Formats: sequence, structure tokens, C-alpha cells
Amino acid sequence: MTDVFTTTIVVATIASGIRLATPFLLAALGEAIGQRSGVLNLGVDGVMLLGAFAAYFVVLDTENVWLGVVAGITIGICMGVLYAVITVFLHAEQGVSGIGIYLFGLGMSDLLFQKLVGTPLPIDQFSEWSVPYLSDVPVIGVMLFQHSPMVYIAFLLVPVVAFILNRTTFGLNVRAVGESPESADSLGVSVRRVRFCTIIAGNALAGLAGAALAIELGIFQQNLTNAMGFIAIALVYFGAWRAPGVMAGALVFGMVGAIVLQAKTLGLIPRSASDIAAMAPAIITILALVVVANRFRQPAALTKPYFRGD
Amino acid sequence: MPRSLIVILIPVFSVAAALLLGAIMLLMLGANPISGFATMLSAAFGSLDGFSATLIKSIPLMLVGVGICIAFRANVINIGGEGQMVLGGLFSTMAALALPGLPPLLLVPVVLLAGIVGGALWGAIPGALKAYFNVSEILSTIMLNIVAVQLMNFLLRGPLIDPGEIERGTRIPQTARLPENSDLPMLVDRLNFHSGILIALAAAICAWVLLWRTGLGFRLRSVGLNPDAARYAGIPVKRSIVIAMMLSGAMSGLAGAILVFGSESHRMVTDGSTMGFTGSAGFNGIVVALFGALHPLWTIPSSILFGGMLIGANSLQRVAQVPSALIIALNGLIVIFVVSTEWHRKRLQAESKVVNEDVVDK
Repeated sequence: MTDVFTTTIVVATIASGIRLATPFLLAALGEAIGQRSGVLNLGVDGVMLLGAFAAYFVVLDTENVWLGVVAGITIGICMGVLYAVITVFLHAEQGVSGIGIYLFGLGMSDLLFQKLVGTPLPIDQFSEWSVPYLSDVPVIGVMLFQHSPMVYIAFLLVPVVAFILNRTTFGLNVRAVGESPESADSLGVSVRRVRFCTIIAGNALAGLAGAALAIELGIFQQNLTNAMGFIAIALVYFGAWRAPGVMAGALVFGMVGAIVLQAKTLGLIPRSASDIAAMAPAIITILALVVVANRFRQPAALTKPYFRGD
Repeated sequence: MPRSLIVILIPVFSVAAALLLGAIMLLMLGANPISGFATMLSAAFGSLDGFSATLIKSIPLMLVGVGICIAFRANVINIGGEGQMVLGGLFSTMAALALPGLPPLLLVPVVLLAGIVGGALWGAIPGALKAYFNVSEILSTIMLNIVAVQLMNFLLRGPLIDPGEIERGTRIPQTARLPENSDLPMLVDRLNFHSGILIALAAAICAWVLLWRTGLGFRLRSVGLNPDAARYAGIPVKRSIVIAMMLSGAMSGLAGAILVFGSESHRMVTDGSTMGFTGSAGFNGIVVALFGALHPLWTIPSSILFGGMLIGANSLQRVAQVPSALIIALNGLIVIFVVSTEWHRKRLQAESKVVNEDVVDK
């Protein structure tokens, strides 16, 4: 059993944890942007499913993974426009309308898959891209620099999102709209326009997350995401609405998943207990929510529709 | 006067809009929407067999929907119906396996009660987390759904598995045939039309009485309308939130128990997902409750309508090869339409009230 702790296995586990964290990270970053502007989107999972199917279908047809990625983002943007119209212009209650989006995505992706594809044919997957020089570094090279391009994109988005939110005028507007839309409005910031932008960006990232998942796995099936989108929402709370925090949450989640997988293949977890082990991520999330809920304050205007001049 | 008409017309319009989109989707799937809807209607309501299947399908929707109404009135969003149904199913199954010797008159109430307890327990956790730890119930209920399905898989693959499955080596994750004394009494034997529908109807009426005719219901609704005012009036807000979630979970747990003991195989089976057991009733119940205007009594016709849609969708799949996933997508659209028009309906209603009062004053 000593070989359980050899470097190779530890490195492989960490590398797989980073891979598993990627779709969570993409979706959670998108959700964080929306929530900072005061919009809760519970439909992430549905948008991910639609993005995943769009990517799967396009890659199946064209054998080009990047066109699949574009398809995923496009579907995300379309769903973003829909959600923005519902919540920003029609003032719909965000929690419930998100469930509507989820059900729509869940049903629609399954419907389209059954009608347009039918049998689960495998598709091209991302080819690994080793970062020149860095990937040759022992241990760290395999761990961090021999991944599919989507992994790099997701992790590079973390500083990008942090920069936009904290260092740009747009980011300041987003935060102002999320904390006090009345004040932002009185200073000439269009609450509608800002929320429109954040919702579309968030949904585009959810679509991308779905595409990344489908192309990483090389398949599509009914309910492919299996509530990943909801976990991504929890990660936003976990990360206290900050991009680095969200990344830390996604990594914890990915690592737990990778360790459980690895322990299973090594036979450390008896078959009968593997279902119990699969509860770990959800239970960790609940515990993390308990810890975070009392330490950090959520954006003050979260889930509150804004009415101008009422 | 025209305003009050609009107030009534808006929900009707939102359904019509969703149906129109459904028709467009049917067209795009290569099916004739008119004959498609006709197929659905006649399958769900056109024959005694069909209507009985519709009513059976509506039982979990009605119970979960009523539970959603109770939670919503206390301003708690219970998305954990799926997990609470699973726990209800598990608790009631374990009760039946533990007490096989009891006579039916005792065992049936015992298993139903066990289901209620299981669901209430699974609802109390997110309720307490929200009330005392400030954790969003939306997130905790979803996480508990994931925990529940793994618990079900673990129990049905291990401790609760049918010993026959191990002997034969097939290892299908299901319990043995549950004791016959625990079968729900049949209303019409030939159609497998069991008494679950009566239990669901009774539960809906009880929920209405509870919410509008008891002190507890008054407290729950006060907390939902204005927690600060409720606290000022001396209502224990935190405890009320836990109670609302427990009651909501209890309804879902009862739905889970009825699914097990009213099933034709009389066993609890898992295909590895919650949907395999619940048929997504935990989510569809939300649609049913919203469509029933979050009122327990309106939830009754609403659940029958949606039960009919599910039965209709199955026949549509057989007749016109339209995947029944269409209905899930359509349910999502109905939710979107209902909530999108909700705010406008309320505003118009408020305005028409003001207008009426002005008239009375003069």
C-alpha cells in the first residue's frame, strides 16, 4: 500500500483534479459576475446542458473542437438574452425563473439529442497542449502544464475576471449595481445595461463550461452535467463572490473528486462504499456554505429586481 | 373593468404562449401540432384507463406541489423535493421491511407515516441551515438531493437489496417484494388505481386548512409576507422557517412513500438517478404549484393537468416519435411565462383595487 503515495500517483491525482475543476470554474466565474451585479441565475445547469449539446453536435458534424466551443458560447449568449429579458425587463422573480431555465435546458438538450443524434456516438476530444519549456519541469510540468487548452483558458480567466471586476470602470459599475442600484442609477449608471451585460457574460461562460465538459468527455447523454451547474452556484458563495475564491472552491471540488476516483481505482474504497464516497462533494459544499454564510456578506441587491422611479 | 379582465387573462395568455411554443417545437420535430395535442388529450383524458393513469401520475405532483405552496407562503423556496421524496421512499421501505407481520390496517399507516418522517427530516435540515446558519435553502436543498440519491444507491445496492438478487448473482439494485400487507388499498384493481389519490387530495385540503384556518398557518404566512413585522409581533421567525420546510418535506416524503407502495412491482428500485425514482416530480411539483397560484386547492386541478401532460407525452412518443423530454422543456417555458407575467399581474391587480376604492369613496 506504500505505492499509493508515490509521486506519480499524487501528481496524476492533482492533474486530474485540475481537469475536473475546469467546467466548475468556468460556470462559477460566470455566475459570480452575474451575482456581483445582483442577479442570481439558477439556470446555469440548464444552460450548461444546452451548451454541451450544441458543442457535441457541432463537433460530431464538423470534427472541429473549436467550432464546438463557439457553438457552446453562442447558445450561452442566446440563453443569456432570454434570461436578461425575463429578469431585467419583465422583473421576474430570479429564483423561480432560473428553475424554469434549468427545466427548459434539461428537457431541450435531451429532446434535441434524441431527435438529432439518437445513439451516443463518441466525438473528437481536445488534444493535450504542453506549455513549451514549463511542461518539461519535473513533477510540476505534468501537474500544471500538460492539459487541454480549455484548462488554461479557464484558469487564465480568473485574473481577467478579477481585473475587470476590481480595476475597471465597468467592474465598478457592476459592483455598484449589485450593492445599491438606486445609487448607481442616480449617478447615471444604467442598471439595466450593466445587468444585461453581466447576465450575457455569465451565460456565455456557462455555455462554454458545458462545451468544455462535453468535449473533454467526448460524449453527450441525458443530464450530462448531473447538477454540476448547481454546484457551480454554490462555489460562488464558497468563494465569497471573488474570482480567486471561486477558483479555490473549484479546485477543492475537483481535488475531492479526483481523490475519490483515484482511491476507487486503487481499491482503497470497497465497492459497497463508493456511493457513500460520492456524497463527499455535496456534504463538503454544505459545510462550506455554513462557514462562508456567516463570514461574508452577499451583494446587497442580490435577487432584487430594480424598478426605476417606482 | 377592462383591467380586472387583464388580470385574469394574463395567466391564460402565458399558458397559451407556452402551448404555442410547444406547437412550434412539434412542427420543428416533424409532427403535426394539432394531431399531436389531440393525441395527448385523448391519451390522458379520453378513456377511463387513460384518466386513471393521469390521476396516478398526478399524485406525486399534487403532494410535492402542496408542499411547495406551504414553503413558498413562508417565503422559503424548496427545491429539495427530489431528495425528500427519495428519503420518504427509503424510510417507508425500511419500515415495511422491519415490520412485515403487522396487519394492513396498521402497516399502511405506519409506512406512510415513516415516509412523512423521512421527508420531514430531509426538509428540516435545509430549514435549520437557513434559519440558524443563514445558508440559502436553494443551494442546501440541491446538495441534499445529491446526498439523497447516493444514499438510495448505497442502501439499495447493499443493506436493502433483495436477497434473491444476490443468490441469482444479478444484483439489480432493488428491494425484495415488500410485504403484501403494506400494499396501498386498490380502488379499481384492474387499472392499478390505488388509494394514493385520496391521500393526496386529503393532504391538499389539510394544507389549505392549515394555512388559512390555524394559528400556525397564520404565523407561516406572516413570516412569508414580512419577516420583520412577524418578529415584531412576537412570532418565532426562525422556528417557523424550519416548520415550513419540515411540512414541505413531509409532503414530498409522503409522495415518495406512495410511489413505492402504489407501484406495480411493490418494490423500491433505483436506476442510479433521482429521476428514475421520482420521475422529476420534485421539480415538476414546483411548476404545478406555480401554475396553481401557490394555493393548495388550485394545486389539485393543476397537478391533474400536468399529470395528464406527462401521460399524453408518453403516448406522443409512441405515436409520433416525439421524445417525451419535450414536456420537461415545455414545463420550463411555462414557469418562465408565469413568473415573467407575475409582476405585471400584481401591479395591474393593485391598480384596479385602487380604482375600485376610489369609486366606492365617491
